[in-house]
Amino acid sequence: MKSSVITFPGSNCDRDMDVALKKFGFKNKMVWHDDVELPKSDLVVLPGGFSYGDYLRCGSMASKSKIMQSVVNFANSGGMVMGICNGFQILVETGLLPGVLLRNKYLEFICKNVFVKINNKQNSYFKNIDNDILEFHIAHNEGNYFCTNNQLKEIEDNEQVAINYCDKEGKSEEQFNPNGSIKNIAGIFNKQKNVLGMMPHPERMIDPYLSGEDGSLFFNNLINNLK
Amino acid sequence: MIVNEQVAIDHGLKKDEYAKICELLKRTPNITELGIFSAMWNEHCSYKSSRLHLKKLPTKGKQVIQGPGENAGVVDIGDNDAIVFKIESHNHPSFIEPYQGAATGVGGIMRDVFTMGARPIANLNSIHFGSPQHKKTKNLLRGVVHGIGGYGNCMGVPTIAGQTNFDSSYNGNILVNAMTLGLVKKDKIFYSKAAGLNKPVIYVGSKTGRDGIHGASMASASFDEKIEEKKPTVQVGDPFTEKLLLEACLELMAGDSIIAIQDMGAAGLTSSSIEMASKGNLGIEINLNKVPCREAKMTPYEIMLSESQERMLIVLENGKEEQAKKIFDKWNLDFAVIGKTTKSKKIELHFDGEQVANIPVNTLVENSPMYDRKWKKAKLPKKNKIKKDDIKNLKIIDVLKKILSNPNVCSKEWIWQQYDHTVMGDTIQKPGGDSGVVRVHETEKAVAASVDSSAVYCWAHPLTGGKQVVCESFRNLISVGAKPIAITNCLNFGSPENEDNMGEFVECVQGIGEAAEFLKFPVVSGNVSFYNQTKEEGIKPTPSIGGVGLIKNYKKMITMDFKEIDNIVLVIGKTEGHIDQSLFARNILDEKNGPPPEVNLFNEKNNGETLLKLIDSGYIKSAHDVSLGGIITAVSKMCIKGNKGIDLKKPKYLINEIEYFFAEDQGRYIVEITKKDQKKVTDLLNKNAVHFNELGTINEDQLYIDDKTKVTIDELKTSNTSWLTNYMSK
Repeated sequence: MKSSVITFPGSNCDRDMDVALKKFGFKNKMVWHDDVELPKSDLVVLPGGFSYGDYLRCGSMASKSKIMQSVVNFANSGGMVMGICNGFQILVETGLLPGVLLRNKYLEFICKNVFVKINNKQNSYFKNIDNDILEFHIAHNEGNYFCTNNQLKEIEDNEQVAINYCDKEGKSEEQFNPNGSIKNIAGIFNKQKNVLGMMPHPERMIDPYLSGEDGSLFFNNLINNLK
Repeated sequence: MIVNEQVAIDHGLKKDEYAKICELLKRTPNITELGIFSAMWNEHCSYKSSRLHLKKLPTKGKQVIQGPGENAGVVDIGDNDAIVFKIESHNHPSFIEPYQGAATGVGGIMRDVFTMGARPIANLNSIHFGSPQHKKTKNLLRGVVHGIGGYGNCMGVPTIAGQTNFDSSYNGNILVNAMTLGLVKKDKIFYSKAAGLNKPVIYVGSKTGRDGIHGASMASASFDEKIEEKKPTVQVGDPFTEKLLLEACLELMAGDSIIAIQDMGAAGLTSSSIEMASKGNLGIEINLNKVPCREAKMTPYEIMLSESQERMLIVLENGKEEQAKKIFDKWNLDFAVIGKTTKSKKIELHFDGEQVANIPVNTLVENSPMYDRKWKKAKLPKKNKIKKDDIKNLKIIDVLKKILSNPNVCSKEWIWQQYDHTVMGDTIQKPGGDSGVVRVHETEKAVAASVDSSAVYCWAHPLTGGKQVVCESFRNLISVGAKPIAITNCLNFGSPENEDNMGEFVECVQGIGEAAEFLKFPVVSGNVSFYNQTKEEGIKPTPSIGGVGLIKNYKKMITMDFKEIDNIVLVIGKTEGHIDQSLFARNILDEKNGPPPEVNLFNEKNNGETLLKLIDSGYIKSAHDVSLGGIITAVSKMCIKGNKGIDLKKPKYLINEIEYFFAEDQGRYIVEITKKDQKKVTDLLNKNAVHFNELGTINEDQLYIDDKTKVTIDELKTSNTSWLTNYMSK
């Protein structure tokens, strides 16, 4: 399986993603934001970080990078595109995913483990995964997902909610919402479910000595689904 | 502008210093030259009050590759890997503007590390604030934490450990000390020594603006009621540009075109160009019209003294300019050839076709003032005797809860959750333990780091306090299973012109030196911050020690959470019942006098090294050093972290329960072992003449003392975790 990780100026989880993808069997290539063409890929990943410093709306500058036209075309032709954290923000800015990511409700950066409930397994990202609840790790300042009521209805009708923040038992209540996201949303798909954006970093959960191993479950499952 | 004695005094120079400048130059300096002298001769850059004493610190060791004098220290961790590290203060700017002050402190120390070719792999910090009741404290704390996070998070470098203290002596002068560790290949370390004639001098990074002019001079003076006016001297950070600068520099460093490289920190272009020339015994000629400027009509004076962030100066091999420029173009950074190295041994500046400065380099560096300031030796205070009446009504659990919720002991999760501590995917011990630990990427090795200070002990008796901080750092590394390698120190003190403050400095440094020597824990880098005082009110003497150690196989790392019910808990090291200057004495008895606990270096070393042997043999399941709040506080934290309880038994000692559990005697650790290993462990401890007591057995969820007093761990956890969150949300 071939993957590509896009490096924008200010990306800082690009190496971590490269390490994770390779660990689970992907042949990964790093792609520079200023390139025009995407290498042949089964999966394209937009990594976390602070692209262009995020001085404007997070992800907005990166969404105009040269490479993004190819990423959008790839996604529109059914290619798998996953955006993590800043990558999620970029996907929202390109319009591949609906809604926006606002500043965290308590106006503070949050770095900690959270539980998320998988809301939809009818897609190549979560199909065949045994667990319903995963322990993931978040590290962000702008992860407060927001959209209009009409958009929300559409997202829910199309089963586009990928994961929700919850507790260990899967209760998705306000008190387990770390950032004020609407309906505890931690990640969403596009209509076709080939594009996934999520705030948690599965690449930081791939080793028992790190924050946990549920990222390993995710990547193992992902590569098997793509085979 | 005409330069005279008054202008020099306004630049922070003393009358005799100005006279010396005129004598060295054999003429009156012009305003640009005066600015350069004032920047190079201030306390922050010249170490004029501290140099004499810093020379006494031990700086050499088997693993030391580079000691003090470079951008940062470097130690060998085997396999051609080396760790570059340093701690630095950003106290004055952080008090004036907490967000930017703290942010640029973090930015500056990371630049010091990657200037040497190392990729930063971990950040730490030691921050000190005034009393929680002081009106400024909350906002300063919030601003500093946001600033540290804002910069470090954006750079993608994990913040893995730190220390936060509150004490009213910091009401008017907070401390922000930032530390960075970087990883480099031993054969790819870069230095700041220029070499060769007619080599191009290159400016890279951000453009030069008018921010931070005279920052270093500001940091070399005391505060008064006009500090708000000093806001323009605080630099403004741009972590995004620094991230680009990091990547661009590392890309250039992968080749062989760099002769020397130096970041523009305090005193900007002035100190960076002069340091490179001085170390290379060369001259440097710069055309200031070539310096990329952010604002129009900047004068030579402003260009030379700006402390705009995210800039570097490089001496390149001839003919490599185009190749280097391509890299900086790729990262959208300025790149300008601004001058060349010369044989003149002078710093020669040109602007608009005229020479605007011409100063022999040695006058700025070797001839800079050095003072043997007067200082007063501190007396060891007399011991207090605890009065039976003072403690007879104390309930031990109530006292414990009070101590666990004390601002200096309580959980700092509210702070470190705002720092990205997991980026780079190698953080195997997060903040909240004895040391932060990161793996050396794609190897079995891991590096542990901790930062410590004990201002109260240093205040009570500087010599003992200085020793104690080094020992505490040593213990924090050993507690996670790391072999201590070396330290960096950030020496925060009041005015060196005050004999008491100077005495505190001299004796703390002596104490640091003695402990570092004995423990073979040399000082490889550091910085001095004097004038931490507002009007006549100085801070408690606060040397911060950043320690670095190595874990050869990260799978052997130890954490402090209790692991298994029925395991045995021991305290290693002798408990004598020293209560003076303990958290118990100061906060429960309200007794602020008396000597700090004695430091026995032989026991420190022996206890620590023996524990390392036990860890290496796999006997230790969890460990934690005993510090503030004594045995019972340490044990409680291990219970809280591990969600386990303990049946504590007070050994049949002569001292009473309170003294036994709350004393802050040094050289002690709490360890967890299995029953099966108990004999092997106690034999090894006895063989090495290490004193120990059995404290008790781990249980499910309660803390018992001698079967009668009990409290649930959940209650203790609430005491420990709620104070800071409540305080910040009020």
